[in-house]
Amino acid sequence: MPYLYTTPEDQAAMLAAIGASSLDDLFAMVPPELRLNRPLNLPPALTELELTQHMAALAARNEHAGTKVCFLGGGSYDHFIPAAVDELAGRGEFYTSYTPYQAEVSQGNLQVVFEYQSLITRLTGLDVSNASLYDGGSAAAEGVLMAVSSTNRYGKVVVAASVHPEYRQTITTYLKDLGIEVVTVGTPTGVVRPQDLAAVVDDKTACIVVQQPNFFGCIEDAASLASIAHDAGALVVAAFDPISLGLLKRPGDWGADIAVAEGQSLGTPMQYGGPYLGIMACREKLIRRMPGRIAGETVDRRGRRCFVLTLQTREQHIRREKATSNVCTNQGLFALRATIYLALLGPQGLKETANLCLQKSHYCASLLCNGVPLAPPVPPRQHRQPQPPTTADSSLHTSGATGSASASLAASTTSTSHNSRFQLAFAAPTFKEFVLRDKQDRVDELLHQALDAGFLAGVPLGQWYPELNDCFLVAVTEKRTKSEIESLARSLD
Amino acid sequence: MRNTRDTKLLFELSEAGRRAHRLPACDVPERPVSELVPANMLAAEPPALPELSEPQVVRHFANLSQLNISVDTHFYPLGSCTMKYNPKRNERIARLPGFADLHPYQPESTIQGMLQMLYELQEYLQEISGLDACSLQPAAGAHGELTALWVAAAYFRDESLKTGGERRTKVLVPDSAHGTNPASASMAGFTTVTVKTLTSGALDMDDLARHLDDEVAVFMITNPNTVGIFEPNMREIADRIHQAGGLVYLDGANMNAILGIARPGDFGADMQHYNPHKTFSGPHGGGGPGAGPICVTEKLAPYLPTPVVVRVEGRESRVEGQKSNPTPSLALDPRPSTLDRYALDYARPQSIGRVRAFFGNVGVLLRAYCYIRTHGPDGLRRVSENAVLNANYLLSRVKHFLPVPQGDRCMHEFVASASKLKSDKGIAAMDIAKRLLDFGFHAPTVYFPLSVKEAIMIEPTETESKETLDAFAETLFNVVGEAPDVLHDAPHTTTISRPDDVRAARQPVLTYKSSNATA
Repeated sequence: MPYLYTTPEDQAAMLAAIGASSLDDLFAMVPPELRLNRPLNLPPALTELELTQHMAALAARNEHAGTKVCFLGGGSYDHFIPAAVDELAGRGEFYTSYTPYQAEVSQGNLQVVFEYQSLITRLTGLDVSNASLYDGGSAAAEGVLMAVSSTNRYGKVVVAASVHPEYRQTITTYLKDLGIEVVTVGTPTGVVRPQDLAAVVDDKTACIVVQQPNFFGCIEDAASLASIAHDAGALVVAAFDPISLGLLKRPGDWGADIAVAEGQSLGTPMQYGGPYLGIMACREKLIRRMPGRIAGETVDRRGRRCFVLTLQTREQHIRREKATSNVCTNQGLFALRATIYLALLGPQGLKETANLCLQKSHYCASLLCNGVPLAPPVPPRQHRQPQPPTTADSSLHTSGATGSASASLAASTTSTSHNSRFQLAFAAPTFKEFVLRDKQDRVDELLHQALDAGFLAGVPLGQWYPELNDCFLVAVTEKRTKSEIESLARSLD
Repeated sequence: MRNTRDTKLLFELSEAGRRAHRLPACDVPERPVSELVPANMLAAEPPALPELSEPQVVRHFANLSQLNISVDTHFYPLGSCTMKYNPKRNERIARLPGFADLHPYQPESTIQGMLQMLYELQEYLQEISGLDACSLQPAAGAHGELTALWVAAAYFRDESLKTGGERRTKVLVPDSAHGTNPASASMAGFTTVTVKTLTSGALDMDDLARHLDDEVAVFMITNPNTVGIFEPNMREIADRIHQAGGLVYLDGANMNAILGIARPGDFGADMQHYNPHKTFSGPHGGGGPGAGPICVTEKLAPYLPTPVVVRVEGRESRVEGQKSNPTPSLALDPRPSTLDRYALDYARPQSIGRVRAFFGNVGVLLRAYCYIRTHGPDGLRRVSENAVLNANYLLSRVKHFLPVPQGDRCMHEFVASASKLKSDKGIAAMDIAKRLLDFGFHAPTVYFPLSVKEAIMIEPTETESKETLDAFAETLFNVVGEAPDVLHDAPHTTTISRPDDVRAARQPVLTYKSSNATA
């Protein structure tokens, strides 16, 4: 057994000290009829070498962002992670410690959490942050619960259809047994229309939930939406993309009361969906309703600055059934990674990362919708083949949405207007993701074809939005090069 | 030795114009941002993050790390948290690009190795628990509790539709339970009723009888319980709950004591969660991540969150979206037919839905899988045997100078009480905890469970040597004999002395502001 010290001599001495006759005797308090009197039906033990070989074989059966060029998004992104993040977060003193119950021997973790909270408040423009929650989806649900309890409105919450569908599903799960109605506002134009929101928000509404940029990558008129909610006495729960805040207005600056996010973009690998980092920040007046751990500054007995877990009277180990939430840990390791990541990037690095995402995604969109660029040159033989003529205008599929923006987007970078297979599904401005409509309505086939050509080209949307069955979501991070983008465009021809 | 310059706050180390990470120049034709982003949504400037160089960042965090006690560096007998050794091999495997760089929305055909691993883990967890079905989705133990209670709520909703009866509204929780149990029950819309436990740690059966009626939906029990004993009346408790029409939920926090010894499904549980970060050695990460997979009986399986991983037998060409349950047969053959493939099953109409975004805390689950494969059936049993051996050995040494109300035997942990020391000499459990830090030991859990006064909860885990346990016992013995003043002022050798918690709560300073005093 690789992780056990005890020799047979040790065992004998220990059993003698205990006064037990055998290891089996130690389990005397487990009633015999409740015991499993056979070995577990599990595969036999592997040595480290065998395990490593077995796992390498399993890993080899997966494609990944290193074997296929990744244009997948929808809440998890192939952003670059500087080496220092891995090296520092890989220190055993960080990752093999636990929740800092003993502040005197946990000042490292506690200071990191304090720095994390400080960074998140600067990032979001809100007053306070907790030490983090499980992930973006559960953070959104916790944000909604917080809004419900602080407004004391147990009637309904209003959620935009442009919020991540899995966040919406999570919110629904969290609210189902509490008798709170979830009203979804449709977003046929890819963004929430203020009049649609105003039609459903009333004095029973605890909060609205919007996402900026939203699940389709579109930039919402968030300030207008926030004032509709506030006029009705409702709070604004905003899901945001931390990278976008290198350029976009911060949630606290456009009216969000509670901001939540998936923090994976800040230095955490995609690892098939988790573990990630649930970011949550809010206005100061809401802090007693905030779930999760919070670190605070204080002094020790000699007057030296130090950090502790604080405001614990909100929490389950003290309040039990009256707690703000059952959450009892944070995602410490990923809060650490985000803190290191943001410290490495600084304001300029975050802005440049956001700008690269913005520029490259727009270039990619214009290329896919309008054809290859004039310059820098691509060898003529690699130019796209003549397109089959499109037969129907599938933009009728959803009301109000057109691809008209694609023409203007492309004007500055493309040679001629192009009779493309694709058009943007929505005219609204986008940040690092966009929704493409396949005029031939053969998304699955197209994505398989792209896969064969070496690309994870997009996330099909029909699984969540039947009306967008001919659409897919494309994300372009700072890692994607011009040549990768152009190759993708050629492969989708 | 200690470098206090580089452990100032990041904001205090910042100097305008300093850069660490640099990005490549934009290689696509660049357009003015004002053309792409509406003016009213554009920030005037980026957030005020600190500006640092890379060596500064590295030195800052490397020095901060050294202010922590961790399993890699110290004995960490934090009761109820199972702070066992975190195998390095699992860390390296989790970093393989074939696991770490998978996007959650990749097509199933590109993640067959991942899905196989997850499918097999579902099977292993079912076998270890003696239950029929598994969801890997919950993100932590408390999240697993909540998920299971939602499953129970959905089950009872259907039952009351079938029978026309009232919905059950109560969840019974022993007073020794983790605080997450009642908190989870509230979040799932249930009313919590507390059931008393006896000094021995066993459930008060009379009190149970008083509270048991046809409004009880779920009885939540931690077994082995939080004082480290196996519930003597487990079978009877489960039978009585079942007779009353309720479900039994097992808080799996203490599974480290019973791997291959006893299975919750065999002793009456209908549902349980695991803490893979405890039992199966996932590193605790300074507070997280964990994971909270749950296993349930067959009748509850339709209510599990979506998706679950299913194995599709080689000859079937396309079944995803049609299978409503995971294949019930145990499929523990490490080399399934190459014709088999693995799929995500979303077509589960009775499911409670999602409890989070994406599949689950895969990185933690992967380490759990590695741990189970490293040990095999015999090894897992030996883990529990040694965890129980170590705890009993420490108990046999400690009980002579620190009373252990529950008695002379325990499972994987035990709870001593400083109650008498407190009344005789004014020495509190917290004083002992703080003084242990001076001698290079992490403190045990103190003041939990609430059912024991001045509780000191000690869980050594199986990965400690007899020498370490002896050293800890001797230190503890010396500490309780020290002058009370020495203990009240402890710790004396750590980088800070006891912090002022009251000030932290009364005058909360939760973020850095440039006016914060520097030390």
